[in-house]
Amino acid sequence: MKQQESHRSDFFFTPLDGKIEKAFRAIMALAVILPFLILIVLLVDTFVDGYPRLGWNFLTSFPSRFASSAGILSPLVGSIILMGLTALFAVPLGIGAAVYLEEYAPKNAITTFIELNIANLAGVPSIIYGLLGLGLFVRFMQMGRSLLAGAATLSLMALPMIIMAAREAIRTVPNDLREAAYALGADRWVTIRKVVLPLSLPGILTGIILSLARAIGETAPIITIGALTYVAFLPDSVTSSFTALPVQIFNWISRPQTDFHVNAAAGIIVLLVIMLAMNSIAIFLRFKLQRKIQ
Amino acid sequence: MSISNEHPYMSVTAASNDAHTENGIRRDYTGLREDAALIKTAGLTAWFGSMQALKGIDINIAAGKVTAIIGPSGCGKSTFIRCLNRMHEVVPGARVEGSIFYREHNVYAPNVNPVMLRRQIGMVFQKPNPFPMMSIKENVLAGLPLQGKNTTNRDEIAERALRQAALWDEVKDVLDKPGSSISGGQQQRLCIARALAIEPEILLMDEPCSALDPIATAKIEDLIHTLRQTITIIIVTHNMQQAARVSDYTAFFYMGELVEYSDTDTMFRAPHNSRTEDYITGRFG
Amino acid sequence: MKTHEADIFRKRSLTERWIAAVLFTCAAVSIVVTAGIIAVLLFETMDFFGRVSLSDFFLDTQWTPLFADKHFGIWPLMAGTMLTTLFAMLTALPLGLSIAIFLSEYAPERIRRFLKPIIEILAGIPTVVYGYFALTFMTPLLQKFIPDLAGFNSLGPGIVMGIMITPIVASLSEDAIYSVPASLREGALALGSTRLRALRHVILPTAFSGIAASFILGLSRAVGETMIVAIAAGQQPVLTLDPRVPIETMTAYIVQVSLGDTPHGTLEYSTIFAVGSMLFVITLTFNLIALYLKKKIQRGVL
Repeated sequence: MKQQESHRSDFFFTPLDGKIEKAFRAIMALAVILPFLILIVLLVDTFVDGYPRLGWNFLTSFPSRFASSAGILSPLVGSIILMGLTALFAVPLGIGAAVYLEEYAPKNAITTFIELNIANLAGVPSIIYGLLGLGLFVRFMQMGRSLLAGAATLSLMALPMIIMAAREAIRTVPNDLREAAYALGADRWVTIRKVVLPLSLPGILTGIILSLARAIGETAPIITIGALTYVAFLPDSVTSSFTALPVQIFNWISRPQTDFHVNAAAGIIVLLVIMLAMNSIAIFLRFKLQRKIQ
Repeated sequence: MSISNEHPYMSVTAASNDAHTENGIRRDYTGLREDAALIKTAGLTAWFGSMQALKGIDINIAAGKVTAIIGPSGCGKSTFIRCLNRMHEVVPGARVEGSIFYREHNVYAPNVNPVMLRRQIGMVFQKPNPFPMMSIKENVLAGLPLQGKNTTNRDEIAERALRQAALWDEVKDVLDKPGSSISGGQQQRLCIARALAIEPEILLMDEPCSALDPIATAKIEDLIHTLRQTITIIIVTHNMQQAARVSDYTAFFYMGELVEYSDTDTMFRAPHNSRTEDYITGRFG
Repeated sequence: MKTHEADIFRKRSLTERWIAAVLFTCAAVSIVVTAGIIAVLLFETMDFFGRVSLSDFFLDTQWTPLFADKHFGIWPLMAGTMLTTLFAMLTALPLGLSIAIFLSEYAPERIRRFLKPIIEILAGIPTVVYGYFALTFMTPLLQKFIPDLAGFNSLGPGIVMGIMITPIVASLSEDAIYSVPASLREGALALGSTRLRALRHVILPTAFSGIAASFILGLSRAVGETMIVAIAAGQQPVLTLDPRVPIETMTAYIVQVSLGDTPHGTLEYSTIFAVGSMLFVITLTFNLIALYLKKKIQRGVL
C-alpha cells in the first residue's frame, strides 16, 4: 500500500493538536466547577442574608406586619401537614401503579398508553397542576382553599415521580427470586408481598422521600389553588385554610421592604435544612440498599 | 530500552519447562533476518489494573507478511495487538511496560504521539463498527475529517479503498445509504476499507471474522490474500484453520506468554511445544 | 397423605383477581389526571373564548385583562416567556453539554459517579430559592456590567433559570454520550483521530438524539418554570425583546391573578385558564418530541 521509501516518521508529538485538546478539556472542567461555585455562592449568600433572623422565635412566631418579629410557625406547620397528607394520598397510589406496571401489566396498547402518559405527566409544569387543583378540587369538588385541596394537588404532581422511582426499585429485584417463589407454589400477590416489595422497599422509600421533598418545595401550584399568604393561626382540620413555607418565603420576597428579604432568606435556610435532611435520609437508605444487595 | 544484538530476531519466552529452552537453545523458527522485521517487541508486559495480561513478550514481526496470533480466550492475543498501535491505553486502568519498536522508533517513547502512530498502524475490530450516523461513503472517508484533513479527490479515495476491500461492486450504487444498512460481512469489509483509505503501513485485525458467518468469513480471508501483497497484516484469530489458511507466520500465546512462534507450516505440521500441539489438536482451548 | 390433584384445576383465587383490578386502577389514575387537566383547561378556556374572540387573543399585541381598557393579546406574555426561556437555554445548553462531555469523556469513572449526583442537587433546590437568588444576587451582579438593567428584567432570572435547568441537560446528554458504544470511539481513535475530533465527528453525532431530547426537555421546563420569573422578571406584559426591562411571562401572570382578589367566574379569572392551555399545549408538544427522541434511542434507530 505505502511505498517503503515514503514511510513517514511524523508520528512524533504534534504540539498544536495536544494544546487544543488540553484547552478544550480545561474549558469542560471549568463548566463542571461552575455549578459548584454557584451552589456555594447561593448558599453562602442566603445564609449571610438570613442568619440574623434565625432563632427559636423565628420558628415559633406567626407571620407579622413587622419583619423583625415575624416567624414561620403557621407556614411550617402547614407544610408539614401538607407533606403528610400528600404522602397518604400519593404513596399507595404510586406503589400500586408501579407494581401493576412492573408485575401485572400485559404488553398491550393500554399499558403503552399508561406509560407514555406517566412520562408526559412528569413533564407537565407544576403550575398546570395548580390549575387542575383549582378547577377540580377547589371548585368542582368544593374542597375550598383547604389543606385537603392543596395536598390532593401536590399528590397528583408527585405521583409520576413516585411511580417512576418505585418502578426502578422493583426492577432491581432479580427475576430468579420471583421464579423461585412461583416454583414453591406462591401466587403472584404473595410473591410480590413476600419477595418483591421487601427487597425493593429501600429503593421505593428513597424515591418517595425525594419526591415528597420536591413536593414541599413547590410554590406555584399551592399559590394557584389559593393558599393564603398571611395566616396567623394554626389549621384545626384538613378543611381549614392554610399557607406553606415556600408561599410565605415568596410573600416576603415580593415585599418591597428589604427587611422582609431577611425573613425570606431565613425561611429559605429552614426550607433547605428540611430538604437536606430528607435527602440525607434518602441517601442513607440507598446506601443500605446497596449493602443489602451485595 | 532498546533492542540490542543480544536479542535474537525471534525468541521464545515460554515457561522454562520447554524442552528447547531448557537446553539453552533459542531457535529461530522464522529464518528471517532481523532487518526484515517491521515490529520488534522487547519485554512487552501489559496490565489491566492489577491483572497482568501480557508477561514479557519478545517477538519480531515480518514486513510485508501476514502474521497470525492464536491462543485460547484470555491468552492476551488481543491485548498484544492493541499494544502495537497503543489502543491498549484507551481502556482506563491499562498500562504497559517494555518496548515496541516500529522501524527504529520506540512506540512507547514519551515523545511519540499515539494519534499519529495510529495513522500508520490501522486496525479492524472483532465486531464491525461502522459509524451509524454516516453513509457508506462517509464511513470509508471517515479518516479524513477524523485526522483533520481536507481532500478534494474524495470520490477517488473512496472508490480505491472500497475496491481494495473487495466491496466496491456490492455497494457502488448505495454509497449514500447508512453504513449500518448492509450485511455484517459487508460492514466488516467497509471497516477494512475505512482503515485502508488512510493508507496505513500495517493493518491489525482483531478477530475480524468472529461475528461473521462462514461465507462472509471466506470473503474476508480472500481479501487478506489479496491485501498481503501491499500491506503488513497482523491478525488475531481463535480459529486455527483460519490462521493456517491466511498467515505466513503464526504465534501461539498462552496465559499472557508467547509459547511458540514459527512459520505457519511448521507450526501446524510440527509444533515444538507440547502445549502448542495440545491446542492445535484441540485438546484444550 | 391427602392429595390435591383437583387443586390444579382451580381458578386463580378471587382475591388475586381483585388485587390485579385494584392495582390497575392505581395505574389508570394517571390517565384520569391527564383527562382532568385537559377537561379543566378546556372547560374554562371554552368559557373564555365564548367571550373573547380568537382573533383578539392571537392578533392583539396588548395584554391588559385586569385594566378597565381590556385587551387579550397573548403575544406580550409569549414574548416574555420566550425571552426568559432564550436566556435560560443560552446558559443551560453550553454549560450542560460541557459538563456532559467532561463527565463521560474525560472524568475517571470514580469522579464521574461522585460528581453526577452532586450536580443533580442543583435541580432539586426549590424554585422559590432560585427566585430569591435571581432577585437579590444575579440581577445586582449584572447591574454592575449593565448599568441600565432594571431591578426586574428577563436577563437575570433567565440565567438563573438556565442554572436550574443545567443538571437536566447535563444528566440526559451525559447518558446519551456515555451510551455511545465504546467500539465507535475506538474505531475513530484507531483511524488516527484525536479524542476531540472523535467527539466531534463520531460521538456527538451518534448521541445527537439524546442530546436533542435533553435540550427539548430543558426547553419545556424553562417555558413552564414559574417562581423564578414571578419573583424576578416583573409583572409588566410588554411586547419587547429588550432583556433589561421588566416583562411578564405566561406563568407569572397566572401567579399574579391567583394572588389577587379577582373573583371566580369572572372573565378576568378565566384568562388564567386560557393562558394555562397555551402553556400546556407548548410543553406537551416539547415533551412528546423529547419522548419520541428517547424512544428512538431505545429502539437503537440512531
